[in-house]
Amino acid sequence: MEDKLIRLTVNGRDEAVIIQPLATLQDVLRDTLELTAVKSGCGQGGCGSCSVLVDGELRLSCLTLAERAEGAEVTTLEGLNATNAIVPLQQAFVENYAAQCGYCTAGMVMAAKALLDRNPAPSRDEIVEGLSGNLCRCTGFAPIVRAVQQAAQALSDTGEEAS
Amino acid sequence: MSMKELGVVGRNVGQRDLESHARGQTTYYEDVHYPRMLHLKMHRSAEPHANIVRVDTSAAEASPGVVCVLTHEDLPGKKVWNGLAAVGVGPEDEPILAFDKVRWRGEPIVAVIGESAEAARAGAAKVEVEYDPLPGVFDVEEAMSGEAPALTAHWPNNHYIYPDDHAAAQIRFGDVEQGFAEADHIVEDKYQTSPIEQAPMETNGCIAKPGGDGRITVHTNTQAVHFARDNTAAILGLAPGKLRFLGGTVGGGFGGKVDVAVEPISVLAAMRTGRPVKFKYTREEEMQVSSTRSAWRLFIKDGVMNDGRIVARKITSYQDSGAYLRFSSYGSMKHAGHMPGPYTIPNVWVDARVVFTNRPPSSAMRGFGVMAASFAIELQMDKVAKTIGMDPWQLRLLNAYRNGDMRAHRKVNEDAAMVETIQAAARLAGHDLPADYQAMTSWDRKAS
Amino acid sequence: MAKVRGTGFAAVNYPTGMHLGGDPTQSLIHMTPAGDFVVTMASVDLGQGLRTVLAQIAAETLGVPYESIVVETADTDTGPHCTGTFASRTTHRAGNAVVMAAQEARKAMLEVAGELLEASPEDLETDGDGNIHIKGVAERSVSVGEVAGAAHFGYGKTIAGRGAYLKPPSPMDPETGECDPDSTQAHACTIVEVEVDTETGMVEVLDMKSVYEVGQQVNPDLVKGQIVGGSWMGIGHALYETTAPGYPAIDPAPVDFQNYLQPGASEMPEVTCEVLEYPAESGPYGGKGVGEMVTNGPIPAIVNAINNALDVRITQIPVTPEVILRALDEKRAQAGG
Repeated sequence: MEDKLIRLTVNGRDEAVIIQPLATLQDVLRDTLELTAVKSGCGQGGCGSCSVLVDGELRLSCLTLAERAEGAEVTTLEGLNATNAIVPLQQAFVENYAAQCGYCTAGMVMAAKALLDRNPAPSRDEIVEGLSGNLCRCTGFAPIVRAVQQAAQALSDTGEEAS
Repeated sequence: MSMKELGVVGRNVGQRDLESHARGQTTYYEDVHYPRMLHLKMHRSAEPHANIVRVDTSAAEASPGVVCVLTHEDLPGKKVWNGLAAVGVGPEDEPILAFDKVRWRGEPIVAVIGESAEAARAGAAKVEVEYDPLPGVFDVEEAMSGEAPALTAHWPNNHYIYPDDHAAAQIRFGDVEQGFAEADHIVEDKYQTSPIEQAPMETNGCIAKPGGDGRITVHTNTQAVHFARDNTAAILGLAPGKLRFLGGTVGGGFGGKVDVAVEPISVLAAMRTGRPVKFKYTREEEMQVSSTRSAWRLFIKDGVMNDGRIVARKITSYQDSGAYLRFSSYGSMKHAGHMPGPYTIPNVWVDARVVFTNRPPSSAMRGFGVMAASFAIELQMDKVAKTIGMDPWQLRLLNAYRNGDMRAHRKVNEDAAMVETIQAAARLAGHDLPADYQAMTSWDRKAS
Repeated sequence: MAKVRGTGFAAVNYPTGMHLGGDPTQSLIHMTPAGDFVVTMASVDLGQGLRTVLAQIAAETLGVPYESIVVETADTDTGPHCTGTFASRTTHRAGNAVVMAAQEARKAMLEVAGELLEASPEDLETDGDGNIHIKGVAERSVSVGEVAGAAHFGYGKTIAGRGAYLKPPSPMDPETGECDPDSTQAHACTIVEVEVDTETGMVEVLDMKSVYEVGQQVNPDLVKGQIVGGSWMGIGHALYETTAPGYPAIDPAPVDFQNYLQPGASEMPEVTCEVLEYPAESGPYGGKGVGEMVTNGPIPAIVNAINNALDVRITQIPVTPEVILRALDEKRAQAGG
């Protein structure tokens, strides 16, 4: 197997990257494109800290082969701040203390965005379910669930998109 | 104490780095990028207890992308160490890289440095170690039975020796035997906690980066930058000024990032290769190699009067240190010093022993030595209450320490507010207390 | 009846700072030409909010706006020594060091302000909003920024301070254990309600209420963050977590989050907490440490609640379904025998 050139769109920008065989999307995002909001908490698909959107769907970038992202539209947490303005979902995380060490936050926000994009008015149980692939060791989850509830409320109040 | 009116202390001003977290802009140790960075992976012991017969690194050295292989022979300074040696704790018992023996499954033996993490991993897998397996011991009481193999020559009976040849961190206050003799009831039980992983979302790791000035900058997620730097310098025999340790925000600690587990070997690799070297624990290593919260076994015996007064408490504790000392002697001293919990008991006897087993070394976690003490004591208090037929809230309030009481370690109590805290909790729980219990305070024992 | 409920509680105390002391932390503070302050520490923020809390303490002592404080951490080249972030010690140890450094910097600041206002430094006070004025004469005022400019470019003076906090090491008598172990003690009492499924052995924590006594809180929201996060971790420790499920056997040995179990958001009950404040004599503005004790109450409270629900005597953690079912079997055997 040889190195290979793939093209994909990341946070709205067209990228062409050379990947090694079996490289993961996480390798491309973190190491090649230096999008370091994408974290690597386990490399086993068990913690969710590497979560990104691939064509709008929530994906664990550590388990996604880079090759499979050829031609895809990938969004990382950095992609939410195209205009540098903080988006309501991020603001809700700040106001609810939904992070302490912050290592899980990027994955958590992306999971929440994926949920709100498909279900703008989730119940508490739906939020819990939507975040069930993401671990946090600091907060006890309660502030995170509250943040997503607040973001959903803000969206329904303003009619805006999550992010 | 009288307090002048406060301004910003006591106010909710938010948390400074939350917006940075929410935007994904917080920089953790591994978020710096260096060109030509190497990766380090460790070949680890497959046996919990064995003599090392032979180590063959030739296949690893020949593995594609492997740049450097380090064994104990490459260590320029110490071969064995303890993190608290600088403050007089000893003996230094833990090999940096194992040489004659392995004492736990996962013990580091050979470091392999490669052009990529995958190259290093593949190289490390090719290290060949021939073992002569030895019987292992995994249970703390078996370890001290006299029939178990001794892990090291330092401790013939597999337990730590405190100063003046004491087998345990001790508390001797009053006369427990006399207290038991006078008591109306004796209440005894055994308690056991488990090894628990700190499980920070970010695993232990560092990047050692040689600079043009001959110094090495270490980006690390240690919980203690000076401690890690000074220990790394001591292990490698370097002038501490050669090292700059740089942290930032750490992706969770909980006590799991104080062992100086990754920095010394990474600095050595950076010195040998002249290139940046990254050593990041995999989640597998974080789970089974990085030190856990110690497991504790406790035996508690209380002498109790019919009116609920606890007049004697005798505690024997065994802290499972795993194969090496690390910070366990400190942990057992803190454990002993915490006894008998937030209660005033006139006769207290504690023996807290550090015991060595062929398990991964244990260490600190959130509430080192105290969590197990609180767990056991609070289960014991419920058993005492049930034995004598007393309301467990009243039992705790009656025995709770007051300001001015002498504690078992003979310091006179100050800043106590256990009574008020229990009373407030009873209100919160809707549990009615009799008037005399509501009137108790931490400042006046007579009020009860 | 497959599901039974029980309640339990636990009362705990927790020492602030490393056992026996001897664990120093130092702090340096300097003023910039623009009138803000940089607090330089080697302490490490683990996410608990150390940088926020130390900025609050520095602002309080200096008498300047919180927003004008920058806190730099975790660099051995620039930061004076800190023993480390553990042992519930940073608010207390680093906080006290910051108070001392800020007192020295404040003194230097007021000396320069005194020269500008032609007044004795003792007669000056800060308003916390960035101004210094003569006590009782608000109109005779100078801004902190003006003081900074004058110090740097007029007088050639530093406005800076050093702080070093050390609880001197206490020896522990090896025979009796006599010692002075801690700087202060914080307290907590946690009450939980559980529901146990007697067929599956599964435990659900339905409700958790706690009262904490942590001295003067520097930042109540961050204290609550520790309490809620620790309540969750306590549930994990009580019911799920172990790296050695067959302890003391070394196998099985979980290596991932599928096998090292922790509670998820769905296992987290409503957590209610109330905080009492009895300021500690030795603490910065009376603060005690809260970071570690937050798991210690929930764990025994949960196990006590399970024992209460089932009328059994479980004395180990984690209380897995297997442990519960075994305890119920033993109870049945005893009743039968």
